[in-house]
Amino acid sequence: MKKLPYKLRTGFHRDKELLLMLLPVVVYFIVFHYIPMYGATIAFKNYTPAKGFTGSPWVGFVHFVRFFNSVFFSRVVINTFAISALSLLFGFPAPIILALLLNEVKLRWFKNSVQTITYLPHFISLVVIIGLLREFTLTDGVVNDMLSFFGVQRRPLLQFPEYFRTLFVVSEVWQTIGWNSIIYLAALSGVDPELYEAAKIDGANRWKQTIHITLPSIQSTIMILLILRMGRLFTVGFEKIILMYSPSTYSVADVISTLVYRTGLLEMNFSYSTAVGLFNSLINFLMLLLANKLSKRFSETSLW
Amino acid sequence: MKESIEYKVFQFFNYVFLALLTFVTLYPMWHVLIGSISDGQALMTNRGLLFFPIGQANLDAYRSVSTNPNILIGYQNTLFILIVGVPLQVILTSLGAYVLSRKTFGLRNPFMFFVSFTMFFAGGMIPLYLVVRDLGLINNLMSVVFPFAVSAYNLIIMRTSFLAIPVSLEESARMDGASHFTIYSRIVMPLSKAVIAVMVLYYGVGIWNGWFWASVFIRSREVFPLQLILREILILNDLSTMTQGSANDDAAFLSEGIRYATIIVSTLPILTVYPFLQKYFAKGVMIGAIKG
Repeated sequence: MKKLPYKLRTGFHRDKELLLMLLPVVVYFIVFHYIPMYGATIAFKNYTPAKGFTGSPWVGFVHFVRFFNSVFFSRVVINTFAISALSLLFGFPAPIILALLLNEVKLRWFKNSVQTITYLPHFISLVVIIGLLREFTLTDGVVNDMLSFFGVQRRPLLQFPEYFRTLFVVSEVWQTIGWNSIIYLAALSGVDPELYEAAKIDGANRWKQTIHITLPSIQSTIMILLILRMGRLFTVGFEKIILMYSPSTYSVADVISTLVYRTGLLEMNFSYSTAVGLFNSLINFLMLLLANKLSKRFSETSLW
Repeated sequence: MKESIEYKVFQFFNYVFLALLTFVTLYPMWHVLIGSISDGQALMTNRGLLFFPIGQANLDAYRSVSTNPNILIGYQNTLFILIVGVPLQVILTSLGAYVLSRKTFGLRNPFMFFVSFTMFFAGGMIPLYLVVRDLGLINNLMSVVFPFAVSAYNLIIMRTSFLAIPVSLEESARMDGASHFTIYSRIVMPLSKAVIAVMVLYYGVGIWNGWFWASVFIRSREVFPLQLILREILILNDLSTMTQGSANDDAAFLSEGIRYATIIVSTLPILTVYPFLQKYFAKGVMIGAIKG
């Protein structure tokens, strides 16, 4: 279809009412998304509240250079990548496997109960979940009770760097496995039953059917979600980390966004922390483009 | 067709595994429920999994929670932002979704880009904080509502759902001279109860469970939403929040039980509405997925 230029006069007149209805939404996005985007330019300035976003003097890449040279740089980049990659490695396949297993369940009530129960943690607040995690991993908590049964010495696990990432990933999988499986289950329910019938006649057993029919039919769903997930490879649920970490675990738990949080909101180094945050946003944006491109080339699935 | 032995063995282990997963998911919540009605002192010395109340089952922990001023204030504040916030969010989101789902709207694509772009790139934590501060919203409960009034993702879910409504309905209304606002409020919205339910659920849960931005924007205790009070009790372990002025000698024994009771009290509303809304979940996730 040929693209028509939007005729300003007649177009505005015809769409007057629609534009009016859209106005509050546009105002919202400008005020709370596009002005902050513009505000991110303070990463290249020395922000002072009196002068604001526009008036503060330009300083170029000073804050970025300071960040790249700081002792925190390698720590937060490595931690961000490590925690994110670990949760991708375990958190991404888990719901797919759950969906495939649920797909084999014939008892409807059993399948429904497992679904209902595993969706539930998605709705529980992070504060409560991390509160429970702390409670259970205390020296006299349930987890230590069980570990000590196997002869492991009791200790407050959340205070030790060596357990932090494990606890992060395990609680992540615990909370998201059910909810994230919904989309795969929906995709699985859309598979044409005749395909299975045909495969049975050809003598394919259940395993072969899974490999040759079930998996290919949810492949594009998997790819789309994988692209989106890869685009967040340098993003970690910082709200969760802030609730979980403490100075004793900073060495493995401090990520880019928690550094932004501490330097910006607690120490009020606005320009410096904005630079750190912008560095993170740019990496994420590039990762998303890269993942999309790779996917387009290898599986012909893409976001746009 | 007969199933092979291998498949039967697989089936068996599949059921066992899924049952275990269910247990692992439910146990923490059960532990909290049972812990909250157990005897405080016995609870402290208890080891291992908790299946039944230990000691004399009682509601002492709930009594302290229900008389605690901080929790009551937190509850009130959260209810307030829920009642003001969710309708605002749903109305704004649906207005945007309506306009962007009109095929006759000439600027549809540029505005879609304008909205979607915010999903992939954001100014970041600090610029948003500075904007909210400059608007004078610090210490105001609306600071956790206005900046999150429309989620681009939710808008796209709603738009997809609006696009599925037959155009003929709109056209015949247009023929009768109905304005867009009439079509929106009299035709599109009444036909979209399911997706509205999904939105109420998503936004509602977001407001109920949100704590991070509240901790950034809100400093005075009188305006703390529930999750901030919870964070003090559960994460910062500030039991002075609980025992303040109550001169209660049993405070130490109650503490673990109190933490559990607080969790139950704060999670109960979600757990209560959960079964009724469950049928809409899959729907919401699916509509969101189709957009591709």
